[in-house]
Amino acid sequence: MPTIVVDVMPKAELLDPQGKAIAGALARTGRGAFDVRQGKRFELTTEGPVDDELLASVRAIAEDVLSNGVIEDVVGLRVLDDADREA
Amino acid sequence: MRIGVITFPGSLDDRDARRAVRAAGAEAVALWHGDHELGGVDALVLPGGFSYGDYLRCGAIASLSPIMSEVADAAGKGMPVLGICNGFQMLTEAGLLPGGLIRNDHGTFIRRDQRLRVENAGTAWTNGFAAGEEIVIPLKNGEGEYVASAETIQRLEDEGRVVVRYLGVNPNGSINDIAGVCNERGNVVGLMPHPEHATEPGFGPDTDAAMRSGVDGLTFFTSAIAALTAA
Repeated sequence: MPTIVVDVMPKAELLDPQGKAIAGALARTGRGAFDVRQGKRFELTTEGPVDDELLASVRAIAEDVLSNGVIEDVVGLRVLDDADREA
Repeated sequence: MRIGVITFPGSLDDRDARRAVRAAGAEAVALWHGDHELGGVDALVLPGGFSYGDYLRCGAIASLSPIMSEVADAAGKGMPVLGICNGFQMLTEAGLLPGGLIRNDHGTFIRRDQRLRVENAGTAWTNGFAAGEEIVIPLKNGEGEYVASAETIQRLEDEGRVVVRYLGVNPNGSINDIAGVCNERGNVVGLMPHPEHATEPGFGPDTDAAMRSGVDGLTFFTSAIAALTAA
């Protein structure tokens, strides 16, 4: 069954307290100085064939439901292929 | 006068909100998120809590509840609607109020008795205050940082749609210390602090007069009754 992956990130101009906490922990443990931002990955698995119509409707779902355009951006939408799956 | 309080899965403050409605002198009507039915109420409260465990985003899944289509219709027709905390988050997720709420800038949950200034005393839920009046009501949230685009913030400020503003301490990093906003018409109001927890002597914030005697939150509910009586 095909799986569509949607990636959502907090808007670049907004503070990301989760990312900041992670960056703090990395610095404290001597693992390096990084800017860290934390996002979300959604996997939508479906029975049907992945055609343009389905991708358009997943794009709409990503923008209307999976993300909130006031605070987040959809930064990725792709179909997971078998090579990805075995990796 | 009948004021409905909608319970969502994970609502916590629905009973307190109903109690506050009764303390203000109205009949409290318990409503359920899964119904397409507002029970003929005159006003609505979306209470605080952690609907759907804050899954996806705070208030996001609740904003898709069956009853929310009726809430949107009623709000569009001018019914007073108050969103408190998680209810505020739902109203922004539903697009009934501008902006959004994200995790507090300091990353932790906070609970405090919060001083606020009532900036707009013309809304359906604040008409009993004097403009500029300072009040204290409890605040308790993990995701209460109010954000919106620079244009939206400018418009809210220009149009006087910042209803309440944090005083003294900005507890969550909200832009311009914004604690609550309203829609253009002023019938839909959302705020992060909890007026329903400051409506009965003995159970509110401390005041100079006596411990736990603060009842500043009651005026939100009596304001709605006054707005409906005047209408």
